[in-house]
Amino acid sequence: MNSVNVSIDEATAPVRPILEIKDLAITFKTGSGEVKAVKNAHLSIMPGETVAIVGESGSGKSTTALAAIGLLPNNGRVSAGQILLDGEDIAHASEKRMIELRGSHIGMVPQDPMSNLNPVWKIGYQVRETLKANGRPDGPEDVARVLAEAGLPDAARRAKQYPHEFSGGMRQRALIAIGLSCQPKLLIADEPTSALDVTVQRRILDHLDKMTTELGTSVLLITHDLGLAAERADKVIVMYQGNVVEAGPSLDLLRNPQHPYTRRLVESAPSLASRRIQVAKEQGVEAGDLLAPVAAAQDRAQDEVLQIKNLRKIYKLRQGIGQSADFAAVDDVSFNVKRGTTTAIVGESGSGKSTVAKMVLQLEKPTEGQIVFDGVDTAGLKGKELFKFRRRVQPIFQDPYGSLDPMYNIFRTIEEPLRVHKIGNAASREKKVRELLDQVALPQSMMQRYPNELSGGQRQRIAIARALALDPEVIICDEAVSALDVLVQAQVLNLLADLQDNLGLTYLFITHDLAVVRQIADHVCVMEKGKLVETGSTDDVFDNPREAYTQALLDAIPGGSLLLPPAVA
Amino acid sequence: MVRFIFRRLLQVIPVFLGTTLLVYYMVFALPGDPIAALFGERQPPQSVIDALRAQYNLDQPFWVQYGLFIKNLFTFNLGVDFTQQPIADSLARAFPVTAMLAIEALIIQAVFGIAFGVFAGLKKGKLFDSTVLVVSLLVIAVPTFVLGFVFQLVFGVQLGWAKPTVGANADWGNLILPAIVLGLVSFAYVLRLTRASVSENMNADYVRTATAKGLSRPRVVIAHILRNSLIPVVTYLGANLGGLMGGAIVTEGIFNVPGVGNKLFQAIQRSEGPTIVAIVSVLVLVFVITNLLVDLLYAWLDPRIRYDQ
Repeated sequence: MNSVNVSIDEATAPVRPILEIKDLAITFKTGSGEVKAVKNAHLSIMPGETVAIVGESGSGKSTTALAAIGLLPNNGRVSAGQILLDGEDIAHASEKRMIELRGSHIGMVPQDPMSNLNPVWKIGYQVRETLKANGRPDGPEDVARVLAEAGLPDAARRAKQYPHEFSGGMRQRALIAIGLSCQPKLLIADEPTSALDVTVQRRILDHLDKMTTELGTSVLLITHDLGLAAERADKVIVMYQGNVVEAGPSLDLLRNPQHPYTRRLVESAPSLASRRIQVAKEQGVEAGDLLAPVAAAQDRAQDEVLQIKNLRKIYKLRQGIGQSADFAAVDDVSFNVKRGTTTAIVGESGSGKSTVAKMVLQLEKPTEGQIVFDGVDTAGLKGKELFKFRRRVQPIFQDPYGSLDPMYNIFRTIEEPLRVHKIGNAASREKKVRELLDQVALPQSMMQRYPNELSGGQRQRIAIARALALDPEVIICDEAVSALDVLVQAQVLNLLADLQDNLGLTYLFITHDLAVVRQIADHVCVMEKGKLVETGSTDDVFDNPREAYTQALLDAIPGGSLLLPPAVA
Repeated sequence: MVRFIFRRLLQVIPVFLGTTLLVYYMVFALPGDPIAALFGERQPPQSVIDALRAQYNLDQPFWVQYGLFIKNLFTFNLGVDFTQQPIADSLARAFPVTAMLAIEALIIQAVFGIAFGVFAGLKKGKLFDSTVLVVSLLVIAVPTFVLGFVFQLVFGVQLGWAKPTVGANADWGNLILPAIVLGLVSFAYVLRLTRASVSENMNADYVRTATAKGLSRPRVVIAHILRNSLIPVVTYLGANLGGLMGGAIVTEGIFNVPGVGNKLFQAIQRSEGPTIVAIVSVLVLVFVITNLLVDLLYAWLDPRIRYDQ
């Protein structure tokens, strides 16, 4: 670490960090007193360097970054420590000084491109006001140039559009354009791509890398994905419960994690696990023990519980009065699911994978084709038979916040399907709920609590318990772990694998995350624009992808270029 | 856009026929004979009564009465009221007065409601915010007729700041007191709506991003908080203008404003079918047009809304 030596002449001085955070503590005033969100954070970023802070939600990583740009929420304040921007302590700088620094010295690329652009102003206007506020030339050609540099095609015309006319990837490019428009020395990128599809994510991060390298910008990257951090950053800082628990060069940290929390992160990051399996195979090591539950599942009886035949779903898009165009959300998709196995459908948003799930669940009617469940065509199911079918096929949805009724306590949430299907009496139902809570490893004392009192991972366990209540044969997981932190994600995936072993469940797993697929699936179906482009066993698809699209998806898994030991000891 | 406006104007036809029919029927169904009521204690000769009945088509069955009314309406002949004054003339006198009152009230509630609402929203939980909230709650809780009489007594009679009653010569200055009373209740709603909207938008991600871009606080507030917050407020104000144009029976009554509300009240007391329906017809038109304007304004304020698709 360089010592800060201000008195020496600039030219001969050792290079001074662009950002240095020392012993930082941040407290939030809440209804129940003061909460320390950050207890002891320290880091330094050299000019042109990229440093990543990794941690789960609530670890204080975003709060630390927000403090560096003076954007802590109103109830938060820096209670100790220093934030040195190019030698100047800005931990308690005046708002006037912060306004001078923001944009021109520190830029920010926020997390969610959907909510970070003002919907009522044109993109060009939102770029222009940034240039104007920081005293840069702000003519239409400057706006177009800035947008074009961020990789937005046809920038001059696009600048006249509103955010809702942009895709998520394009919006994120606009936000990157805004963040870098005034050539700041430091860019704070807070989970800049976690809301985007994997292939888009990769393209945008590549572009961001290129731009910051050209401009010599230092980057503070906030992410929960260790694989992504290691691939993109020179140094990685791991935060846990408000403390920096480990810091160091990315590869060192990955190969030789010291702190127990870092070790757990390294073990459970899906991108890294997937990479480990790949490395193991290349070195001829049998990866069987790395994916034990999957191997076990393959020995089971192999009758086909679900057969999807030439499934098609056409939506009519309105185009003016009385006119409509057909849009094939799902186009001639066929595949089979063997009992007791996990089949994953992967693809980007808009590929039709969720529509397939909805049709299997009988929540949407197929336009054409058949869904045969246990030898019976589900198209003919009505009334009582459909009701019985629902008992045997249960869903788990993506958003554990949105899919539980906030007015139902946990007991009622899990018991509801039993009551609806008139199973048992009050006493036996309560017994069943207790068993289910045991199965998903939650304490029985949780029964009287409400969803808003639980964490995301706990809620997803509740959703799993609710899905298991009716002893289903097939469970459709629609992005069931996408909204969870990596460690929680790993726990939930393990839970699903254990349940599959014990109960012989069949999973149809809808996801955009190929890293997760590699860990849990036996078979993979890759969808693109409504069509099934590739299908096969997970190993086949990952080792010998036949389609360019599959290859692109695989390349987009973060950490693909890292050389890792095949297994963590 | 043109197609949308045209479609909306076409919708006026069924709305117009439906409301006039309903109102006409309700007046027809009122108990008592309006002609007999005209003469009070005196007993006019049967020939006079018959002549009057024939003049107002009261001797015809309901459907014929309504049909004749609509026919006259399309020839711009609104007929005469029970004092033999052309209805069109009295409407032409009453509507400008009510329009003045409505616009004055609208300006008061918009300017003060938005200004107080923005400040309260920006300083949520502080003294100003709490005070404004309590006062606005009081204003909502006190009925208009109490507020009207209090204002009349205090500002009109005791302090003498404004004329306590308006009377025949209604102008902007004379109408200030009733306009304040009329605007106060909606002022409280505008304030609360603005406050809620501002304090919600303040925490929006794009506001944080705007700050991170290096914009000054006033610019963030004006360009990113205010404009987004005004969308629901403008919608409310626009819809409210229609209501204000309908005349405020209570306020116009207290301050003796010769506006539509007063006219309508008198006509209802006298069961004067033609006058009531004539006023209501004009009001329906006013409502439909202000609503159309609000929709257009809404699309202008919020680019995500498009009516052509």
